Amino acid sequence: MESSKVIHAFYNDDEVLLDAVKAVKSEHYHIEEVFCPFPVHGLDKAMGLAPTKLAITAFFYGITGLSFAIWMTNYMMIEDWPQDIGGKPSFSWIENMPAFVPIMFELTVFFAAHLMVITFYMRSRIWPFKKADNPDPRTTDDHFLMEIPIHNNEEALTSLLSKTGAVEINIVDKH
Amino acid sequence: MSHYEAPIREPLVLGDKSYHDITEDIAKPIEGKANKNWYMAFYISLAAMLWGFGCIFYTVGTGIGVWGLNKNIGWAWDITNFVWWVGIGHAGTLISAVLLLFRQKWRMAINRSAEAMTIFAVFQAGLFPIIHMGRPWNAYWVLPLPNQFGSLWVNFNSPLLWDVFAISTYLSVSLVFWWTGLLPDFAMIRDRAVKPFQKKIYALLSFGWSGRAKDWQRFEEVSLVLAGLATPLVLSVHTIVSMDFATSINPGWHSTIFPPYFVAGAIFSGFAMVQTLLGIMRKVTNMEEYITRLHVEYMNIVIILTGGIVAVAYATEFFIAWYTGSPYENYTYLSVGAATGPYWWAFWSLLIFNIFIPQLLWFKKIRRSFIWSFIISIAINIGMWFERFDIIAIVLSKGHLPSTWWRFEPTFVDVGIFIGTIGFFFVLFLLYARTFPVIAQAEVKTILKSSGEFYKKRRAQGIPSKPAIVVAKSVSKEANSDKNKEE
Repeated sequence: MESSKVIHAFYNDDEVLLDAVKAVKSEHYHIEEVFCPFPVHGLDKAMGLAPTKLAITAFFYGITGLSFAIWMTNYMMIEDWPQDIGGKPSFSWIENMPAFVPIMFELTVFFAAHLMVITFYMRSRIWPFKKADNPDPRTTDDHFLMEIPIHNNEEALTSLLSKTGAVEINIVDKH
Repeated sequence: MSHYEAPIREPLVLGDKSYHDITEDIAKPIEGKANKNWYMAFYISLAAMLWGFGCIFYTVGTGIGVWGLNKNIGWAWDITNFVWWVGIGHAGTLISAVLLLFRQKWRMAINRSAEAMTIFAVFQAGLFPIIHMGRPWNAYWVLPLPNQFGSLWVNFNSPLLWDVFAISTYLSVSLVFWWTGLLPDFAMIRDRAVKPFQKKIYALLSFGWSGRAKDWQRFEEVSLVLAGLATPLVLSVHTIVSMDFATSINPGWHSTIFPPYFVAGAIFSGFAMVQTLLGIMRKVTNMEEYITRLHVEYMNIVIILTGGIVAVAYATEFFIAWYTGSPYENYTYLSVGAATGPYWWAFWSLLIFNIFIPQLLWFKKIRRSFIWSFIISIAINIGMWFERFDIIAIVLSKGHLPSTWWRFEPTFVDVGIFIGTIGFFFVLFLLYARTFPVIAQAEVKTILKSSGEFYKKRRAQGIPSKPAIVVAKSVSKEANSDKNKEE
């Protein structure tokens, strides 16, 4: 570990923060993290974050749910114990399919929604009993915090950050 | 201009508010002490709930015979209440999902409470089919589980089983949608909590939400996809509930317009219940600057629209019942026979509460009045209960043979269980209003600059929403890197 020192720059306005992120990026500094009390539109692009693929996973989870519903209705109603209910014998899945549409739809939604949210929680590391790690309690209220690692460039960084409108700049040891 | 909104639009957040003021306002009811009115409402609801639980135990212990059901009317208050509660449970996810897809910003002030209402209402709804089974300990038989009867499976052709899947999917997806939205708000309360116990609880509830840029990016994507999934889900739930009736061969139930008409009715009653609850809540929790006249008006517009769909459906049912000339159709719930028969009072209650009174909302003065909206919302709640009662009890009270002409008289147990669910619902909602952030504050902060009264006024004067930059003077060097963690 060459450096464990980081700068914490606080902002109290989303538009100022967005301009600051752009300014810091244009000077080719690496922004380690930005903590926000609410979503700031365009921040992910300004920071250069890759787009999230959660929607794509949801699509595949939905396909899984649909396949499961098809397998389940076929196994239970057609293969394992076919019955003749109300003069409608269940000997072929495709002929009975219209009655299974609600189940197929519900299970598609069930799988897609729950598995996507679980994936989100795992990827963002949020779950019950997880300790929060935002460095300052104000970042869930009205302050934005930009974290930049220092590599012997304290002076240049602080002057840049204060020019961009940071309301408070702290240099801290990150363990 | 990222925060531009046409000046002609009325502000959604009143008062000269900063981001921090929003935090303070939303946290206040949680951090403060409950007043006398809250305790009074809570104890009354609790008493009603316990009375209802007593009636449920009596039913389960003695048998369904303690209800007013008879050989002909096998469904009455139980299924009426079930459908009524499911219908009420439709506004929440509609507000959070459909209005999100339509980018309606006014949803942000009301979605949290509407979703809470949805979840609590679906709890009540779920009780009825389970008690109605008579042997609720066998309720798990509705699930497709391997069993001791030589793998006798559930019947996937039955709308009653579709209901099991639809309602459990709806409840669980709504719950997850609601909770994911709550995480940043719980985190806000956690980070400002002073009492250690409170901090622990909210730390647990917030799942350790930290608000990283990447988390917010995923959060927004997940909200959008969940909204896309929940929108057809909302529509499917009441569609399937209506199929419980529509797939049967009873005159009055066997009706192809049931699915869309039930969905419209559900949204109608759901929004009415949101009006009822928020009409009280905005006062009690001092949210008058967030839940404004404009929000009330918008909700009333949805009520007029869906109420109009319901009115057209009633007219269609009435006309077709008459037009067939079939004597069996002359005692469906919307027919001359129903209007003049022994259930005339139920028929006219339905029309007056559901169709005539809501027409007052065409007047802008009434639509924007808090007290009128409250009164009309109560009328709709009553009217929508009668709709389900009429569909079930009136239709069943006159079968094809005179020997099947029976009437339904509720017993004190029927009434007690219904009152009990209302009590249970309010117990949950009152506890929620004291312990949960009742407004999605993180979302409201995103629209403050575009739709807040303060910023709108400033923009009219030509002042930009971005503050002037003040260069900070000092740099502090701290040994402790993390103010959030205990030393």
